[in-house]
Amino acid sequence: MAAPYDLDDDGVVVIIGSGAGGGTLGTQLALKGIDTVILEAGSRHETWDFINDEWDSFSQLAWKDKRTTSGDWRVSRDFPNLPAWIVKAVGGSTVHWAGASLRFQEHEFKTRTHYGEIEGATLLDWPIVLSEMEPWYAMAEDRMGVTRTNGIPGLPGNNNFKVLEAGARKIGYKEVHTGRMAINSEPRDDRASCMQIGFCFQGCKSGAKWSTLVAEIPKGEDTGKLEVRPDSQVLRIEHDASGKVTGVVYADAEGREQRQKARIVCVAGNSIESPRLLLNSHSSMFPDGLANGSGQVGRNYMRHTTGSVYAVFDKPVHMYRGTTMAGIVQDEARHDPSRGFVGGYELETLSIGVPFMAAFLDPGTWGREFSTAMDEYRNMAGLWIVGEDMPRAENRVTLSEETDEYGMPVANVHFDDHENDNAMREHAYRQGAAIYEAVGAVRTIRTPPYPSTHNLGTNRMSESPEDGVVNRWGQAHDVPNLFVSDGSQFTTGAAENPTLTIVALALRQADHIAGRMAKGEI
Amino acid sequence: MARHISQVAPSRRTFLKAGGGLLAMTVMPSGQIVGRAWAQMPRSTKPETFATLVQMSRDIYPHDQIEDAYYAKAVGILDEAARASEAELALLEDGVAALDQAARDKAGVAYGEVPAEEERVALLKAIEGEPFFQKVRSNLVVGLYNQKELWPIFGYEGASADKGGYIDRGFDDIAWL
Repeated sequence: MAAPYDLDDDGVVVIIGSGAGGGTLGTQLALKGIDTVILEAGSRHETWDFINDEWDSFSQLAWKDKRTTSGDWRVSRDFPNLPAWIVKAVGGSTVHWAGASLRFQEHEFKTRTHYGEIEGATLLDWPIVLSEMEPWYAMAEDRMGVTRTNGIPGLPGNNNFKVLEAGARKIGYKEVHTGRMAINSEPRDDRASCMQIGFCFQGCKSGAKWSTLVAEIPKGEDTGKLEVRPDSQVLRIEHDASGKVTGVVYADAEGREQRQKARIVCVAGNSIESPRLLLNSHSSMFPDGLANGSGQVGRNYMRHTTGSVYAVFDKPVHMYRGTTMAGIVQDEARHDPSRGFVGGYELETLSIGVPFMAAFLDPGTWGREFSTAMDEYRNMAGLWIVGEDMPRAENRVTLSEETDEYGMPVANVHFDDHENDNAMREHAYRQGAAIYEAVGAVRTIRTPPYPSTHNLGTNRMSESPEDGVVNRWGQAHDVPNLFVSDGSQFTTGAAENPTLTIVALALRQADHIAGRMAKGEI
Repeated sequence: MARHISQVAPSRRTFLKAGGGLLAMTVMPSGQIVGRAWAQMPRSTKPETFATLVQMSRDIYPHDQIEDAYYAKAVGILDEAARASEAELALLEDGVAALDQAARDKAGVAYGEVPAEEERVALLKAIEGEPFFQKVRSNLVVGLYNQKELWPIFGYEGASADKGGYIDRGFDDIAWL
């Protein structure tokens, strides 16, 4: 039975956001017996509510509130008010994610050390090392039921994967498989195995895919120690004269302002909303925003170096059948500057339906160049590039002059590609095309980056309070009872999909918070 | 049949208001008259404007296997929006008028009567940065490609959860690799 907590209960931990970070943290705290309230801006949609239709599902799940963009990234030109494709619903973007669950590599926690000084980039070593994260990764993999871990078999490869695999092996790639996926390849954790529905991005209708909505939050609620309050958009975090946070003000479903008191506040609204909220929580004590003594809140916004390659064959592929992320090539994920860039990238299959292909294949292009590609949809295979991008101080989330319906300034997302990002993308486009040409592609198409799904880094973790917003536990350097619990705490982005690391950090943070609370330290 | 219509010089085309919609009639070289009723009746734009928008839509995203009726359905969204907004209506009417003028200057006939697709495309290329063109183009991204009836033409099967997914329906049936 979900616990209802009183607005004046100042003993609760308040978590803002219910995605990979917030949903996991809230559940884990509840399992440890701690009174927890999750405030989620979006509504609650259950598995059976999800829609196998791209635009209808987008209307149902996507974060569509206005944002603005600037910078030279192509997303700003193609989708000026949609910098990110993330979810506004209970479960956050774990409802939408494709399930890829990869650990970071050792060097990716120490990029400043391994990559050296890169001009125009703000590389910094994480205050954590891989060995310290390993037990938390292991716990996360077990909890999420990641294939190829814990004796769980890999998923079967669909058509899109088979094309990728055949081409990749032909050009000499070795690390090619159907991925480490938080999608059940066999029944586990009271959830069924994958039916190869496709539409992973639209919310899994069989429940085979791990999300905080289906696999975490219900367990937290069962303890009676977790309340998830949907349709609750947090507007600002409040603090007392000593600089400790005391609660949050949020707009409820009817748009009325409510004040929820708190012992601890954890921010997990994804890397655009989290800094937006901290910046908007300015006061005479924190004139530049809460936890922003360093001036780092909102900076170093990262989004992975991405892009897609779609290839046309002369025979059918039907890439949309089955899991969206159906397999991976990992050979290029290493750090090897001889390729002309630092860091590495993964190549992962991706498919989108005809409606989204029309919108994303090459936004703005028209005529037969475009329509003849669409005509070949059934004969297409596709992959997505996921590479480490360079953190930059000026790539940042700021508050715009414009305000939303609650009078809160909307976020502006500024991003300029670093030359390292461009060099990596070019390399990946070339390798992606080579994979498909090796198995007879008659045409390959370079699809520019989609609105960002991996939004990272805007409240970066740092050893020193001058360099970042939070310490090694995600605790704000400036405010002892304020934590950041999402991907915005990433110091650098690594080449891997971020969810597993967000979950592992959340589990680790839950342990830390519970320990400190038990000792009466926070 | 639609393929033939699009390959015939549009100068042979006429548009008649008929029944509940617009009838596009094409006189084939044989003298045979081919007609195709669109479900859409222009509600705000002039019939000639509507017909030009349909031709323009086809030229923007030309799919020979898709009949005009589907382009007309997409244009119907613009036409409907223009009912409620004088500015939207003016954008369409003025845009088509300017396009027709450009066509007359260059080819001596209105846009819809310019025989060759390449010539019509060149006329569109000259205005592709303008709000009128972008309005018509961006409307098609969803207005055309999100028509479920068209998905089978592209080989896309749409929703699958209600059919049990593809686990037993060919998710890994590729045989030519």
